[in-house]
Amino acid sequence: MSELAVDLTHGDAHHDDHADHGPQGWLKYLWSTDHKVIAMQYMFTGMFMALIGGFMAYVFRMQLAFPGIEVPGYFGSVSPGEYNALVTNHGTIMIFWVAMPVLLAAFGNYLIPLMVGADDMVFPKINRLSFQVFFVSTIVILASLVVEGGGFAGAWTAYPPLSADSTYNLTPLGSTLWLIGVGLEFVAFLLGGINFITTLMNSRAPGMRAFDVPIVVWMIVVASILFMLSVGPLLAGAIMLLFDQTLGTGFFNPATGGDPILWQHLFWFFGHPEVYVVLLPAMGVVIEIITTFARKKLFAYRTVIFTIVATGVLSFFVWAHHQFVAGIDPRMANIFTVTTLLISVPIAELCFIYIATLYRGSITLSTPMLWGLAFVAEFLIGGVTGIFLGAAGADIYFHDTYFVLAHFHYTFFPIAIIGTFAAFTYWFPKMFGKMMSERLGKWHFWFTIIPFNVIFIPLFVLGMGGQHRRIYNYQHFPELAGDGFQSMRIIATVALLVMLAAQFIFFYNCFRSWRAGAKASKNPWKANSLEWTTESPPPHGNWRPDRMPVVYRGPYEYSVPGREKDYWPQNEPK
Amino acid sequence: MNGFFELFHSEWFAPLIEVGSSYAAEIDGLIALVLVVVGFWFLAAQYMFFRFILKYRARPGRRADYISGKEKHLKRWITIPHLCVLAFDVLIVVVSFRVWIDIKMTLPENPDGVIRVIGQQWAWTFQHPGDDGELDTLDDIFTVDELHVQNDQLYHFILESTDVLHSFSVPVWRIKQDAIPGRSITGWFRPTKTGEFDVQCAEICGFGHGVMAARVWVEDADAHASWIAANTPLAAAPSSSPAPGVQ
Repeated sequence: MSELAVDLTHGDAHHDDHADHGPQGWLKYLWSTDHKVIAMQYMFTGMFMALIGGFMAYVFRMQLAFPGIEVPGYFGSVSPGEYNALVTNHGTIMIFWVAMPVLLAAFGNYLIPLMVGADDMVFPKINRLSFQVFFVSTIVILASLVVEGGGFAGAWTAYPPLSADSTYNLTPLGSTLWLIGVGLEFVAFLLGGINFITTLMNSRAPGMRAFDVPIVVWMIVVASILFMLSVGPLLAGAIMLLFDQTLGTGFFNPATGGDPILWQHLFWFFGHPEVYVVLLPAMGVVIEIITTFARKKLFAYRTVIFTIVATGVLSFFVWAHHQFVAGIDPRMANIFTVTTLLISVPIAELCFIYIATLYRGSITLSTPMLWGLAFVAEFLIGGVTGIFLGAAGADIYFHDTYFVLAHFHYTFFPIAIIGTFAAFTYWFPKMFGKMMSERLGKWHFWFTIIPFNVIFIPLFVLGMGGQHRRIYNYQHFPELAGDGFQSMRIIATVALLVMLAAQFIFFYNCFRSWRAGAKASKNPWKANSLEWTTESPPPHGNWRPDRMPVVYRGPYEYSVPGREKDYWPQNEPK
Repeated sequence: MNGFFELFHSEWFAPLIEVGSSYAAEIDGLIALVLVVVGFWFLAAQYMFFRFILKYRARPGRRADYISGKEKHLKRWITIPHLCVLAFDVLIVVVSFRVWIDIKMTLPENPDGVIRVIGQQWAWTFQHPGDDGELDTLDDIFTVDELHVQNDQLYHFILESTDVLHSFSVPVWRIKQDAIPGRSITGWFRPTKTGEFDVQCAEICGFGHGVMAARVWVEDADAHASWIAANTPLAAAPSSSPAPGVQ
């Protein structure tokens, strides 16, 4: 970390409220207001949590493939209650403590000021507070796993009455801490979102008009707006659920006049926009990478912006497709079938735009490009399988089966894992000033992508065969206990082991490149956006105060006819 | 119109799971329709995607084209597929409406039997009408994790829960409905295949969710009658008239 620290703290004196005047030594990481340091804090916390979430997946997949086995590294076999707690917290952690902090918070923090040409976020202290609240929430969620009674085990959706009453869930402390942890995490991202939106609005470099902003910044800002608009109802619901748990208020308890379905509406009113909150930043990252490595102008920039805004608006009207068979008025299902299938249109459009951007490009398959292209190929599978579930008639059968689970992972794995690796490998030279090893990067890529498909394609088949979710041992169900189905579970588990092992390649590559990689120039990929016009890594304040960038054009002017170079940085007058 | 919708009935994934109710083929057919439609778009998109990746690899001396996406003749390649997606969406929506309305919004009248299904942590209780064919009489047969129905009869079910959410799911019938404490939800099914099948709880319901496994026996008329005869509670056996105090 020492090199990073030097770069971040030897900035100029023009930033009075920044870290260089605060506490010294390791404390400066805790109290830094520099957006790049906060981004790293989010990133490393998120990656640490990914290891925990991945370990949980390893434990419960071992139990499914080899029921009753003493899972190596887990101190014994998995009880039904532990199994439920593992799947619950795997989901919670991977969404709220991995996808959100890494994609939205880490890359949002790192990229927005650099890409709009600002020296920092608009409100650096709010930014710091955001990470500090997030850090506390991380401790709370980890504590919830080890308290007496064990971690919360009522699924990441936390449907009451199970989640509301400890006589039902048997985890009085775990479920309350889980809820407080999730609530704090929401507060952290609300604080962070303020900065994302205001920085785009107010701190753009001179000359940068709204349609000169890189798409990934637009995507992160639209995602932040979606998050802000959707999380309020769920926070209110979470407080009601907390009262139900601790004071016995009965907001969601029918015996005292409450309604358990109300929670589902509040949860999914947030939960579905949340999918787009993490999807949009990943899609934006991929656009930056594809345009750079295809040396191609983005196809129809403005259409992309309007499409994501349309997607965002529509995403508020699809939530009840999670509740088709939950006992809602059946007439509602028809309306939500229509809105759900409608949202396939803008998402399909974005996929078409990716493909059109590749058309007549000049494509280099570098490691970031492989991740970016894999995102499109894999996300398409996640997208099209959503149609089966969005059609209410088919959802009667597929609801709560492994088909849903496989669909979900074909959307979230490309978003949270492939998208993150794409972004990380693409901006690693900027973040750490070193080039990553391409050879190791490609090994890591193939040993992640192939096992990923081998894990989840069998799960589609199992779901079509009627395998329902969150069951610790399918031997209790004669139709699901056959050898054919069991061998598919074993294949999925073995592929998971391969994929998890492959992540060591990644960590080794990071460590080795950081220590001994080739030094990165300012602009190793010959890209156009502003972050590539400063040092790698950027100094505190991002640019020298007398060299703040001025913008003359949009970020996707690649291969412009008549120019010698096939790129045209946004800050070059001619 | 019915003929149009019957076009979409199918039993194509019977090899994975049997088709055991009157509407299972409707649901399977809808799934097949979606598979064909999205399968086409999926393959078309992946084909173009990989074709471009292979065809436009960087070569010395060749530059990428400068295409803004405003060119009308190129924009067509986005707009037209986009309208086609919309049109196919409409087809899926129409067929899905039909399936949903048939199964969840219509309650066929004059059932041959009514069953009460009660979810609780962590077992299913089934209340069968006895010989008199009426629920809530003395000859009702209560069973735990064991449902008995007669093949090719129309049943209504009344779904309840005593504690948390559960979900009554019988994969061979393609039926799924959440049970909610404080509410009675009515639905229907008509089994079409005799045999013994899984009944699941598809909504996580706590520690024992994984063992909330029941079975359904779909029997022909004779076998079902003899099951009723053998299991009618002794108190109700001599006469099927209601005892005092029972409605």
